[in-house]
Amino acid sequence: MSNNLQTFTKGLIKENPILVLLLGCCPTLATTTSAINGMSMGLATTFVLIMSNLVISLLKGFIPDKVRIPCFIVVIASFVTIVQLVMQAYVPDIYETLGLFIPLIVVNCIVLGRAEAFASKNPVFPSILDGAGMGLGFTLALTVLGCIREFLGSGSIFGMGILPETANILVFILPPGAFICLGFVIAIVNKFKKESH
Amino acid sequence: MAKKESSLKNMLVALFVITAVSGGLLGLVYGMTKDAIAEVDLKKNQAAIEAVLNTGTPIERIEEAVVGELPCNLAYDAEGNLLGAAVKTYSNTGFNGRIELMVGILADGTINAVSVLSQSETPGLGANMVQPKFKDQFNGKNPESFNLKVKKDGGDVDAITAATISSRAFTGAVKLACDSFEAHKSEFMKGGTDHE
Repeated sequence: MSNNLQTFTKGLIKENPILVLLLGCCPTLATTTSAINGMSMGLATTFVLIMSNLVISLLKGFIPDKVRIPCFIVVIASFVTIVQLVMQAYVPDIYETLGLFIPLIVVNCIVLGRAEAFASKNPVFPSILDGAGMGLGFTLALTVLGCIREFLGSGSIFGMGILPETANILVFILPPGAFICLGFVIAIVNKFKKESH
Repeated sequence: MAKKESSLKNMLVALFVITAVSGGLLGLVYGMTKDAIAEVDLKKNQAAIEAVLNTGTPIERIEEAVVGELPCNLAYDAEGNLLGAAVKTYSNTGFNGRIELMVGILADGTINAVSVLSQSETPGLGANMVQPKFKDQFNGKNPESFNLKVKKDGGDVDAITAATISSRAFTGAVKLACDSFEAHKSEFMKGGTDHE
């Protein structure tokens, strides 16, 4: 059980896909202009991660080694398309801001990375936990980045205004601000990780 | 379970089964969400038309038409007089992709209101075109007396700070709508009920 727990929690901080493994930076930098966008992107990716890990773990005895990558990609792409259709139908506002980046989850290296490194070698239950842990770690990192950038750039968090418009630092909403924020957040996480060792 | 051997037969079977199942599943989901997606699009369009044509006079009938190359919706009052038109216009000269607007123009050519259908300008800069501060400056302006160009180009439109390209594209799209409507409006003036 403790092993399963570890499988789940390692994705949150210790092997956080963004802050430690630095995987999937493209959607991270692009979609974290606000907290809600970051969180939606994180949750969409989490869903895809859990489902693809589950299915790939189930199919691992059936897929010959030489064609495993195309098989993984087809499974992942199917789930991404499902997410895209569902979001388009039921949360059109979020779909509009994230639209372009949803299809890009297919090539997010976290998803394929977990399929290859974990789900194709482990039983179903740990694979689901691994997907959930990694996905939530990704969501956490994106939400934190989104909050910081939205607070500094638009003076609000989750759309609630805090600072007046004159206090906005525009650069934090723009791409350079994404790099700056990500750098600082990684530095802080590293500092705490070093101290805890 | 042992790994399957990578023989041609095994590879073909695995790929075929996985793609076939995925395809079937996607078809199913598509079928389930198709109506909801179409409804969302329709609602958005409808809401935009009503918002830009809201003048206080009740709209009796809305008719689809085309002015120049732009699709538009003509609104008539109870007597069959043309109230105005919601013209769907666009610009490809934005900073970041296509901008689509719905412009409500009254029968005399005055702009009633503008609504942004889709844009992907820079957040915090060009994307501020959706804010009333910028887009509402067009309300109640007639292109005959209001020069539809940004101030930098000698017009009357206040550009968004640090986003002249986006402002220019927006203004260009509004101008396109006004010009197209102006050129074709005589065809619609009374005509609404004639051909029924």
